[in-house]
Amino acid sequence: MDLFWEAFREAWRLLSTGDGDVYGITARTAAITGTSTAVSMLIGIPSGLGLALGRFPGQRTLVAFANAGTGMPPVVAGLFVSMLLWRSGLFGGLRLIYTPTAIVFAQTIIATPVIAAITAAAVMALPPSLHLQIRAMGAGRLQYLWLVAREARLPILVAVMAGFGAVISEVGASMMVGGNLAGETRVLTTAAVLEVSKGSFGTALAFGLILVAVTVAVSLALTAVQQSARRR
Amino acid sequence: MHLYPTRSLLALVVLGMLAIAVGCRGGDSSRELILATTTSTQDSGLLEVLIPRFEAESDIHVKVIAVGSGAAMEMGQRGDADVLLVHAPAAEEEFVAAGYGVERARVMYNDFVIVGPPSDPAGVAGAADAAAALAKIAASRSTFMSRGDHSGTHAKEQALWAAAGLDVPRGRSWYQETGQGMGATLTISAEKEGYTLTDRSTWLAAGDQERLPITVEGDPRLFNVYHVIVVNPDRHPKVNAQGARRFRAFLLQQDTLREIGEFGRAQYGQPLFTPDPA
Repeated sequence: MDLFWEAFREAWRLLSTGDGDVYGITARTAAITGTSTAVSMLIGIPSGLGLALGRFPGQRTLVAFANAGTGMPPVVAGLFVSMLLWRSGLFGGLRLIYTPTAIVFAQTIIATPVIAAITAAAVMALPPSLHLQIRAMGAGRLQYLWLVAREARLPILVAVMAGFGAVISEVGASMMVGGNLAGETRVLTTAAVLEVSKGSFGTALAFGLILVAVTVAVSLALTAVQQSARRR
Repeated sequence: MHLYPTRSLLALVVLGMLAIAVGCRGGDSSRELILATTTSTQDSGLLEVLIPRFEAESDIHVKVIAVGSGAAMEMGQRGDADVLLVHAPAAEEEFVAAGYGVERARVMYNDFVIVGPPSDPAGVAGAADAAAALAKIAASRSTFMSRGDHSGTHAKEQALWAAAGLDVPRGRSWYQETGQGMGATLTISAEKEGYTLTDRSTWLAAGDQERLPITVEGDPRLFNVYHVIVVNPDRHPKVNAQGARRFRAFLLQQDTLREIGEFGRAQYGQPLFTPDPA
């Protein structure tokens, strides 16, 4: 139990003094996972709408792919992006390996299927009469999409939360494509792993506690948005 | 209801990707150096001291990728790293002979030790012969944790089994492979009360010395030497050879060597590495 108290004290000390670049690491984590989630939303929500509403060959297969993609192992996403971005890889010339951008690429691969699959499921669950209603109102194609997304906004927020949860908790991809570089690509999860390998379990747990706090704070904020959207 | 992502939605996605592309700066390639190295130089904290000094001195930004020596040389072979700091001499010689690396130079040494549980089930405490100690561990079927990750330490362990006249006991119930770095392997060994081979610096900096004391040390075969190797720029034109040579020279200059020799003395009562350029 001593270790737990030590961890809490260490977490408090890190937070109050800002030692170990804890503010930098926390801010960087928020920026990287926030960007990944935003990009995944931009790709995932329209894809989810298309998967649910479109009628095209291979649609079922694509839905199955999106559903399977919700289980995308971070280490596979990381390896895939690494092989593309290494100097010896196809896009090595862009010199993006071991940068925050590389982490965003990998995390987008992880979160986009999650957001697309849940969005598609939410839209498919809407009552069929709704589509007739909207079309009867004479909505254009964009308006139609917008209204459908609006109707499904509560589960779509769940989709965003799930996508965010997937990227803020992953360590395999960040470690591989980011390299855990101090001051650059070190995020809360990779910092915790490094402290564990150094045998500094108190500091590692301190980073873990901060990570949990960030996750809870973001989830609470999104839930507040969701609940206020419900009342509308 | 034929609906495909509309042009405006596509435009939005493209805009988002552009925003990210703008946010990332490729930077000047000559001002950036990728150092692939062993976990021991990072887990011990040595690089956290040396790298900022080099960056201040040279205005070159160093990206340290801490992997096993085997993986570091693999990166060098593909041109994914510029300079290596590794400790697997036999593999390094092959690496240089095959033309993947140039200007290999000795930087420092310390030693490997065999650590194990205080109860010492194999009865090897105080042994002077590391290979004989491994033979005893095998004969008593005591738990042994191997790195199993093609690192320099793993290579040394395999050489010691060979010196003991034994095959590497892979697949035996008492011989387990962690597949992780030295710090993590020490933690696992302490929890599972197993023996393991470790470099002294990681054991001092990250190990649990009470639950995992040294059982075997001082065998000349436990010598652990670190070399710097410049990745051959003739094979990989993208390699930052100038920066790599600058880093090599930095490691070998007098004040750096003095700092390596002092590193850890205050905290652990003994230096973690002994500088020894050659």
